[in-house]
Amino acid sequence: MWDYSDKVKEHFFSPRNSGALEDANAVGDVGSLNCGDALRLMLKVDPETETIRDARFQTFGCGSAIASSSALTEIIKGMTLDAALKVSNQDIADYLDGLPPEKMHCSVMGREALQAAVANYRGEEWKDDHEEGALICKCFAIDAVLIEETVRANNLSSVEDVINYTKAGGGCSSCHEGIEEILSKVLAERGETFNPHAVVLQEEAAGKPAPGKMNNLQRIKRIEMILDGIRPQLQRDHGDIELVDVDGKTIYVNMIGACSGCQMEAQTLQGIQAKLIEDLGEFVKVVPSRAGSYARAASHV
Amino acid sequence: MERKETDMDGIYLDNNATTRVDDAVVAAMLPFFTAQFGNPSSMHSFGNKVGLAIKKARMQVQELLGAEHESEIIFTSCGTESDSTAILSALRASPERKEIITTSIEHPAVLALCTHLEKEGYKTHFLKVDEKGRLDLDEYRKLLTDKVAVVSVMWANNETGTLFPVEQMAEMAHAAGIPFHTDAVQAVGKVPIDLKNTKIDMLSLSGHKLHAPKGIGVLYLKRGVRFRPLLRGGHQERGRRAGTENTASIVALGLACEQAMQHMHFENTEVKRLRDKLEAGILAKVPRAFATGDVTNRLPNTSNIAFEFIEGEAILLLLNKFGIAASSGSACTSGSLEPSHVMRAMGIPYTAAHGTIRFSLSRYSTEAEVDRVIQVVPEIIAQLRKLSPYWGENGPAEEPEKAFAPVYA
Ligand SMILES: Cc1ncc(COP(=O)(O)O)c(C=O)c1O
Repeated sequence: MWDYSDKVKEHFFSPRNSGALEDANAVGDVGSLNCGDALRLMLKVDPETETIRDARFQTFGCGSAIASSSALTEIIKGMTLDAALKVSNQDIADYLDGLPPEKMHCSVMGREALQAAVANYRGEEWKDDHEEGALICKCFAIDAVLIEETVRANNLSSVEDVINYTKAGGGCSSCHEGIEEILSKVLAERGETFNPHAVVLQEEAAGKPAPGKMNNLQRIKRIEMILDGIRPQLQRDHGDIELVDVDGKTIYVNMIGACSGCQMEAQTLQGIQAKLIEDLGEFVKVVPSRAGSYARAASHV
Repeated sequence: MERKETDMDGIYLDNNATTRVDDAVVAAMLPFFTAQFGNPSSMHSFGNKVGLAIKKARMQVQELLGAEHESEIIFTSCGTESDSTAILSALRASPERKEIITTSIEHPAVLALCTHLEKEGYKTHFLKVDEKGRLDLDEYRKLLTDKVAVVSVMWANNETGTLFPVEQMAEMAHAAGIPFHTDAVQAVGKVPIDLKNTKIDMLSLSGHKLHAPKGIGVLYLKRGVRFRPLLRGGHQERGRRAGTENTASIVALGLACEQAMQHMHFENTEVKRLRDKLEAGILAKVPRAFATGDVTNRLPNTSNIAFEFIEGEAILLLLNKFGIAASSGSACTSGSLEPSHVMRAMGIPYTAAHGTIRFSLSRYSTEAEVDRVIQVVPEIIAQLRKLSPYWGENGPAEEPEKAFAPVYA
C-alpha cells in the first residue's frame, strides 16, 4: 500500500473542483489511456486581467493523480496566467505534503496540463518535451529516460558518474544493476564496452592516486594533508593532532591538549578515521599512539 | 463454514496474495518455538521428536500432492525459492542445453528469473496466450527440441485464476526428454492434484497461500529426476536443500495441507458458488465491465473483473475505505508504468487493463461479505467514472480517444 499523506487521501476522497466546466475558455488535455493517467484541465480565464476565475478537472488515474489534479485547481484559482505558469510540480507535491517517488509523475502531469491549457487559451501550440521511462532510482525518483539521456549527453561511463550527474543510485544502491544496464547499452552505441572497474583509472586521471598506487611517501603526505584539513576544527576546541607513524593500514596519532583523554576522544578518532577512509579510498585504522606502542610491542614478541 | 475471528474488521478478498493462518495451524506450530525447540539433526531426544514431527508434515504434504514417495518433498523457504531451485537445477544438470520454455503470464518468481537468464546467454521462449489467457499447444509442441533444458508452466495464474493443461504439457515434454516444472503456488489446496499419475517432474508450492505461514515452501522433486541443489551445506533435506529446517512452519504447513485436503470439496462447491455470485452480482449492476481470463476453466476462488475507463488503484483506495481488500493489475499499484503483464499478454485493451480488480475468496469468505461487496462496488465505479474524462453522462464518451484529445499521446 502506498504511503500517501493525509492530504493526498483527503483530496482523493473529496476532490475539489471535479467535473466538466461548461464555459471554459482554456482547456489542457495531457496523458492517455495507454499510460494509465490522463487529465483534462478546464479554466475560465478573465480576458481583461488574465486571471483564472474558475478551474475544474477530469482525471483518469490513480489516487495521487486525482489528488494532484484537485490540488492544482485549488492552487491556481485566482492567479494570473503568468503566475500560474510558475507553479512547479514540486509546488503541487508540497501542497499535498509530498508524494511517493513513484508518484511524482502525477504532479508533473498537473503542471503539463496547466501549460497546455494556457497555450490553448493563447492560441499557441504546446508540445510535450518530456518522455517518461521506467523508474530506476526509487530513492530520488529518476527514470530510465533521464539517465540514458544524461549518460549520452555527458559521455558518462560509470555508476559514480551517473550518481554525480543525476543523483540516481546515490541512495540505497538497489538500482545499480539497472544503471549498469543503461551504461552498457549507451556505451555500446558509441562502440565502447562498459567496464565496472573503470573507476580507478578515472581517479588517477583526476590527479588523485588510487589506493595501492601511491608510494609510501605520497601516502603519508596525503594523510598529513587530510589531518591538516581537520586540524582547525580541533584547535577550535583547544586541542590538536599529530601524526606519529603509519604502519600499513594502521595510522598512529597523538591527540594533544584538550582532545587527549577527553570523553570525546574515541568519537573524534572515529570521525577522523572515517574521513581518512573516504579520502584515501582504502580501509585504515586510526589508533592513539599510546595504545599503538602496546599493540606493536605485542605483535613483535 | 464458520466465520473465524479476525483482528481487523473488514472483508478480505485478497486470498491469492496471502491467507490467514488457520487457528489450529497456529496452535500446532507454537510448541516448536518453546518445548520442542530442538534441532532435528541432533542426536538426542530434543531433536528426535522434532524430526518425527517433520516426518509427519512431509507425509501430510505428500498426501495433498498425491506424491508417490515422501522423500519427493523438499521443504524450502518460499514459493520463489522453489521456482528458482527447480529451474536452475535443470539448467545445471544439462549445461549443454541453452533454451527454456515458459509462458508470458508467469509470476515474477519465474518470469524475472528467465529474463535474467537471457542475459546470461539462455534463450527463453515465452509462450503466448489468447484473449482468454489460453496457451496454444501447437506453438508449444514445435518448441520441444533437444536444445531445451527445462519447461516451466504455472498450474494456475495468480491474477485471473486461469488453469493450464500442465499434465498434458508434462506428457509432451516427457516424450521429448525435457524435464517439466510447474509453479503450482496458486493451485495447491484449491484444485485436486495427484502427482504420481502425472509426468510432472518438479512442482513449487508456498505455504502462505493455503493458510500456513509466510516463509515456508515446498519443492516436489519426482524420484529419479536429475537434481542440483541451490543451497549447498549441511545434509538437511537429504542434501538437496541445506540449512536448518524451519521446524515450526514445516509442522504448520503439514497441518494446513491436511486441512486443505479436507476442504477440497467445499472449496470447489461453496467457495465457487460465492465467487460466481459475486461476479454475476457485480457484472449485472456495472456497465462496461467484464471478467478476464478463461472463466470456464479457472480456480474456484478467483474473479478478475475489468472496469473500463477508470484506474485500478483508485478503485482499491475506495474499496479500502469501505473495509474491502482486493488487488489490482493496474500500473499504479506496482509503481511501474505498464499495467499487468498478464492483462497485456491477453490483449486486454488499455481502456480496461488499468482498471482490473482481482477478488480472491477463501473458505472463510461469507455470503454477507459477498452481498456487501456487490452493493458497494457499483457506487464506487460510478463515482470514479464521474471524474473520468473518458466517461460521459451515462456511458463512455463517444469514441473516447477522440473526445479526449491530448496534444500528444
Ligand atoms: C503463482 C505464484 N508463484 C510464486 C509466488 C511466490 O511465492 P512466495 O511469496 O512464497 O515466494 C506467488 C505468490 O505471490 C504466486 O502467486
